[in-house]
Amino acid sequence: MEIVKKTPAKLGTHDLCPGCGHGIVIRLIEEVIEELGQENNQIVIAGVGCVCTATPAMRFDRFQAAHGRAAATAEGVKRVRPDVLVFAYQGDGDAYTIGIAESLNAAYRNENITQFVINNVNFGMTGGQMSWTTLPGQKTMTSVSGRNAELTGLPFHFPEMVAGSKGFHVAYAARGAVIDAKTINQTKRMIRSALEAQLNGEGFSVVEILSPCPTNWHMSPKQCREQITGPIIAEYPLGEFKTRD
Amino acid sequence: MSKKALINIAACKGCGFCVDVCPKQALSLSAEFNPAGYNYAVIDEKACIGCGTCYTVCPDYVYTMVEE
Repeated sequence: MEIVKKTPAKLGTHDLCPGCGHGIVIRLIEEVIEELGQENNQIVIAGVGCVCTATPAMRFDRFQAAHGRAAATAEGVKRVRPDVLVFAYQGDGDAYTIGIAESLNAAYRNENITQFVINNVNFGMTGGQMSWTTLPGQKTMTSVSGRNAELTGLPFHFPEMVAGSKGFHVAYAARGAVIDAKTINQTKRMIRSALEAQLNGEGFSVVEILSPCPTNWHMSPKQCREQITGPIIAEYPLGEFKTRD
Repeated sequence: MSKKALINIAACKGCGFCVDVCPKQALSLSAEFNPAGYNYAVIDEKACIGCGTCYTVCPDYVYTMVEE
């Protein structure tokens, strides 16, 4: 009996909720890094949130950044160790709501790092509070009658912002999802492009990944995937917004 | 030579993602519990064609694809 496909060697076990998308994303990242031959040359800068529940599975060099500051920390690591593959791994509450200054400044300066953002449209670990990516009308712990767009603004689109705004010259920006085999394979290709951009010194690359959150959406894993296929993808279209030259 | 999926029952959290996507309906959730208290995925080995879709979607690294 010969093994033809197994979980990357650098991954252990994690304690995430059943049906959570984090587990799939870290497996995709590690598969790509193994294929690129960089498994002993990588540092993950972890954000705060459910990411902290996922990082115990990452059995390689990792650094726990302060809340929202993973992009800034990754820049520092990359500047002193330019030969190492450095990526920030964050949630949407961490990278956008709390750390938008660090994320945007890293993109603006076109720092040679990669940022992966898991977008589950709420703050997962603290119990499902509203974040900048929450859909208008969506009920969360802190928007009990649904998000009021007049009071709290409209959903935040980071990849489109850094790909399309004047003054930004990022190398790669894309949005994927982990809801079926097709989108998972598509997301893996995006992760590969983002990491290759960093290895070639092209500059900042970001991949946002839409991920189910069964616990805080109060849905079954199957209902969560239907929720992403319907209203969430309607708000956050998948695709590459800035491709590599 | 045929490909098959192996299941690590202890790692399964019973989310049912693999059951939904299996093109041959070879997977189902058990009535029993694993040591962590979840209904784990069980495989009908005769129906499995070793396509690896379950490996692709599993968030908890339950599957290993083997060739025998």
